[in-house]
Amino acid sequence: MTSVATNGATAPQPKAPREPVVVFENVSIGFERKSVLENISFQLGSGEMRILLGPAGVGKSVLLKLCNGLLRPDSGRIFVFGKEISAMREQDLFELRGSIGTVFQEGALFDSLTVRDNVGYRLLEEHISDEEITRRVTEALRFVEMEHTLDKFPSELSGGMRRRVAIARAIVTNPSLILYDSPTGGLDPITSTTIIQLVMKQRDVSHTSSLVVTHRLQDAFVLASHRFNRTTNEMELLPPHQTDPNTSFLMLHQGHLVFDGTTAELIHSSDPFIREYIS
Amino acid sequence: MALATIDAAAKRGVTAVQDYAALSGRALGNLFRRPFYRDDIFLQADIIGVGSLPIVILTGFFLGGVLALQSASTLTQFGAAAFTGELVSFSMIKEIGPVVTALMVSGRNASGMASELGSMIVTEQIDAMRALGTDPLKKLVMPRVVATIVMLFFLVILSDGVGILGGGLVSVTMLGQDATQYFHTSWQSLQYPDIIQGLVKPVFFGFIIATIGCFYGLRTRGGTQGVGRSTTQAVVVSSILIIVCDFLISRFLIGIFGR
Repeated sequence: MTSVATNGATAPQPKAPREPVVVFENVSIGFERKSVLENISFQLGSGEMRILLGPAGVGKSVLLKLCNGLLRPDSGRIFVFGKEISAMREQDLFELRGSIGTVFQEGALFDSLTVRDNVGYRLLEEHISDEEITRRVTEALRFVEMEHTLDKFPSELSGGMRRRVAIARAIVTNPSLILYDSPTGGLDPITSTTIIQLVMKQRDVSHTSSLVVTHRLQDAFVLASHRFNRTTNEMELLPPHQTDPNTSFLMLHQGHLVFDGTTAELIHSSDPFIREYIS
Repeated sequence: MALATIDAAAKRGVTAVQDYAALSGRALGNLFRRPFYRDDIFLQADIIGVGSLPIVILTGFFLGGVLALQSASTLTQFGAAAFTGELVSFSMIKEIGPVVTALMVSGRNASGMASELGSMIVTEQIDAMRALGTDPLKKLVMPRVVATIVMLFFLVILSDGVGILGGGLVSVTMLGQDATQYFHTSWQSLQYPDIIQGLVKPVFFGFIIATIGCFYGLRTRGGTQGVGRSTTQAVVVSSILIIVCDFLISRFLIGIFGR
């Protein structure tokens, strides 16, 4: 059950040992003899949000694609929901991906399908009735405040609207894990804030485990320092010196994981690269 | 340095053949696995088959006509102009009909498939499809392969018919030949092995067009420029493979049937 504070804000839950949803064990991958990620190990617990930071081109999107089996590691093991996906056949992965929602960098909406069919794609594949699909798609679109775009095509939407539809597509089946690949990349500050608010809403209202890739520090710190208020339907700043306990950070640099810890640990890190990155 | 370049190119070539074989094998294997995308097959059959009708009819008709013109001028020298119909029907059914129809369909559809799938690759739509739990080889490749094979088969029959008709029209109106004689010799000279040869080829050609188009589309790298490159490669490679395959099938079937 969702714990809601008296003022409508979802209260941050104290951090307790959780069953891991994603486990990376010494994962390495390279392309054309060039190493991209080396010996990456980390865990993502149930209901947790991990924000993956790092400069552009460091392999953040690659790591995300490893998470849902779109790429396979050269070495190491990856577990998702306790299953070793690095050893699974592609055929079996399709089934597992039903429990994972992915928001791609540019939205990756199917340009020949309407917003309804894009958001309801997975439901259409499962041959669910048309009425049920429309109901669930409308519900998901309402979550991202885009229910008026049901019959539009992606080309008729702005960049921010496409990103919001992509979020609706990722959450329509109530997945247990959501992967966000630079959800605010290339968007203006106001639209970015709207998207971050939706990511936060999903974290604080549905308590879905998530891995958020971003190179925008501002977005990362907003996620760590704010919570979603269901009464006002807005995000609000947490009390001073308090950060969301379910949100923690990972940082990549030159193919290595150079940081894995809480917001406070990141801010007080003495590592020269991290200090320079967050300054 | 030169050796390393040759080595790398050879490895790329072998890998490409291996990937193509894997894609073709999985596309065929998907025919027998659920879900079966029947609606997608009909949609592709409409795009590939019905959409190609005008070019196939036009090229078939004029090829038949030009065959009649050219063969009649040679046959007249030997006093054998009466065999024009036989020559046109023979050439159309065994060679020209299947090969030219396949080349036309390849130019129109292999390029279309490569550019469509290539665009989906560069905009991450294929990754999105996989992430949503759908196998792109089943959803996108299998319907295209089935639709191309089935529709090319019928397009070739249509092209053969229209070609013989075009040849007849030229023979009668321009060369002053007798219509009954033309169609009689066209029909009488044909034997089952000739028809089998003409109908086996489009099955292989259809498979080549669809698998090559999808293969190059799914291998697209490097943005819009990459899409253009894949499109060109798909048309070039499928055209070459059609002609090479035509020779091999002809040699094999002539070996079996003796004609």
